[in-house]
Amino acid sequence: MFVVDTLSHRLKRGCETMDYPRGPAPALPDRHGGALRVDASKCAEGCSACLPVCPTEALTRKAGEPVVLDLGRCTFCSACVEVCPENSITHTGDHRMAVRRREDLVLGGPDARELVLGAALDEKLRRLFGRSLRLRQVSAGGCAACEADTNVLGTIGWDLGRFGIQFVASPRHADGLLITGPVTQNMELALMKAWDAVPEPKLVIAVGACAISGGPFVGHPEVRDGAASLLPVDLFIPGCPPHPLTILDGLLRLLDRLDGNESSARKA
Amino acid sequence: MSASSFALLTNGSALPWGDLPEWPVDRFVGEIAAQLGRGGRLCAYFGVTDGPGTRLVALVAFDADNLLAAARSEPFTGAFPSLTPSHPQAHLFEREIHEQHGLTPAGHPWLKPVRRSAGRAPANGEFFRVDGPEIHEVAVGPIHAGIIEPGHFRFQCDGEEVIHLEIALGYQHRGVERALVGGPHRATQAQIETASGDATIAHATAHAMLAEALGATEPPLQAQWLRAVALELERLANHTGDLGALANDVAFLPTSSACGKIRGDFLNLTALVCGNRFGRHLVRAGGCRLDLETERAATLLGRLKTALADVEQAAAWFWDAASVRSRFENTGTVSAAQAAEIGLVGPAARACGLVRDVRYDHPAGWHRLAQAPVAVWPSGDVFARARVRTLEIQRSGAFLVEQLAGAPGGPTLEPLTPPAPDTFAVALVEGWRGEVCHVALTDPAGRFRHYKIIDPSFHNWMGLALALRGQAISDFPICNKSFNLSYCGFDL
Repeated sequence: MFVVDTLSHRLKRGCETMDYPRGPAPALPDRHGGALRVDASKCAEGCSACLPVCPTEALTRKAGEPVVLDLGRCTFCSACVEVCPENSITHTGDHRMAVRRREDLVLGGPDARELVLGAALDEKLRRLFGRSLRLRQVSAGGCAACEADTNVLGTIGWDLGRFGIQFVASPRHADGLLITGPVTQNMELALMKAWDAVPEPKLVIAVGACAISGGPFVGHPEVRDGAASLLPVDLFIPGCPPHPLTILDGLLRLLDRLDGNESSARKA
Repeated sequence: MSASSFALLTNGSALPWGDLPEWPVDRFVGEIAAQLGRGGRLCAYFGVTDGPGTRLVALVAFDADNLLAAARSEPFTGAFPSLTPSHPQAHLFEREIHEQHGLTPAGHPWLKPVRRSAGRAPANGEFFRVDGPEIHEVAVGPIHAGIIEPGHFRFQCDGEEVIHLEIALGYQHRGVERALVGGPHRATQAQIETASGDATIAHATAHAMLAEALGATEPPLQAQWLRAVALELERLANHTGDLGALANDVAFLPTSSACGKIRGDFLNLTALVCGNRFGRHLVRAGGCRLDLETERAATLLGRLKTALADVEQAAAWFWDAASVRSRFENTGTVSAAQAAEIGLVGPAARACGLVRDVRYDHPAGWHRLAQAPVAVWPSGDVFARARVRTLEIQRSGAFLVEQLAGAPGGPTLEPLTPPAPDTFAVALVEGWRGEVCHVALTDPAGRFRHYKIIDPSFHNWMGLALALRGQAISDFPICNKSFNLSYCGFDL
């Protein structure tokens, strides 16, 4: 009996995979806020209201210069947005924030830097990985949240497999590592063994504030302050954890699987 | 009173440090054994540095009396009598005390490292080995096959049958407790919320309760209500994910596929409340940072009902299938006696027939006013652990439907009084894996002199090891999923 029930229920529900990226991206929760933007020109002289409220010291301000926000350290707690008297730091509502170079996550400052979204791999790597990318995920001190929101991309709603992206069990079957967590001292050996087992050419993707910078554990002697301290990182995906949409955007961006509008233009 | 020699306190309360009775360590250990012998359960047992020596502190729960009991030893160095041979629930606490303070629990049968580093990997120590011509050893991890945290499993097998499983952790150690000392610091809240990142609400609530107990501040009712709502949303998401994972491991794909998506629907309900799917930045000392206003609560209720109907359907497919039931029944059995002996908590304990639930035994916050019935199943196997989760999904769902209609209203955040100096505070929260226990001791300035986090996984990993005894090694995945314990919550 349950076979009939199962099938009929399945038919009733239809295809549950989202249209994105062919259709519009699903909306972020209204309280999520998306990426942050720094309008350094608005910073009041001598104001440092945002500095002490940041849990990860993602905000810095040199004397006489506007504030600098490192999105790679940010846990998106909104404390700076709430405390800023001049609205210098604001939410953009944009889910896209993956970058190729670490310095592209550093916003504001004297040269008023904006987020520079990551470019696709070069043509040679795109031809290799563009339609088939196998990743070995390594959690190295991750708290299970980045892991869960990476895992969710494999469920029917997101269906990562339709892009040819798959998480595999053996690093020998992988084209790269997707790393979460601040890289604990106690995972260093295992991580490096996994890396050595991945055949060349290979990629490293750092997901979440911990893997990018150490996150809330930055500076602890028990951690290595992120994947880049040990390995060459090709893609940084900020968040605590990043929304699944942010992770998917990063992966598709890397493989040049987004159309022009989604990949470069900034949403209002 | 059953615990007359210890200082008594209730969940979410504080005592002056000096009010904890103290004895020389030999007598102290004897007193703990007496409390455990009377039916107490060891919630926490740890060392606090005091001058050149260390004091041991024990927190014992009397679940039926809704009471907690605490005491400490006089400062000492060297050795102390081990409780483990008579009370196995102390085994890991004593290993931790040995590792952190260099004190030796004399008579401990297996004094191995807990999470100490040996350079680029944890100091695992020697593994227990079984000898014999047909015996072979299987080593799994630290990196596992899926997208999951790292840990090492060492099986001693006779053919297919597992004779012994030893679990070695420590790979995820980030130095959380060490960093909390001297705080609260600016990173404290973020570290608490990621101590075990899929139980953010439970850990953040326990931490907030400590701050409120130390500051003698009552958070507003609306915040207590919202914490209770968020805690159940966290439970629903994780239990649904676990049912899906169990279905996947017995190749029952309809429930696996459906639950993967429905779990996300529940996470999105938490995101509706606070913007983050894991409940980050919601609970704060003194209340909650955000409110769940009437209109938002109504939206939440509508979406919740849909998700509950979906998970009910997906679970029904799974329970209707004889093939699923036969894989779950009599697989990975832990007896009630074993569960009580090793101090299991949460759904793993309730699946052995133990009525053990902080929301019911030690109600604090909103749970003083509203409760869901405790879900218990007696058989102790994978079936029971899956069954308890199904029951808890139904009961948490019904609790939320009822509660979302009855918000008390009012403010969500109360200004916090600075923490009292030289004070000992305790908070327990029933997270989705079980009892989350936070204990803090303040210094003369009111800063954290010591902070102890006991994730339910700390109690429960031994349960998984016992569940595997006599099982086919191919049953490890479903046994493991049926516990679904936290690595980072253990490693801290």
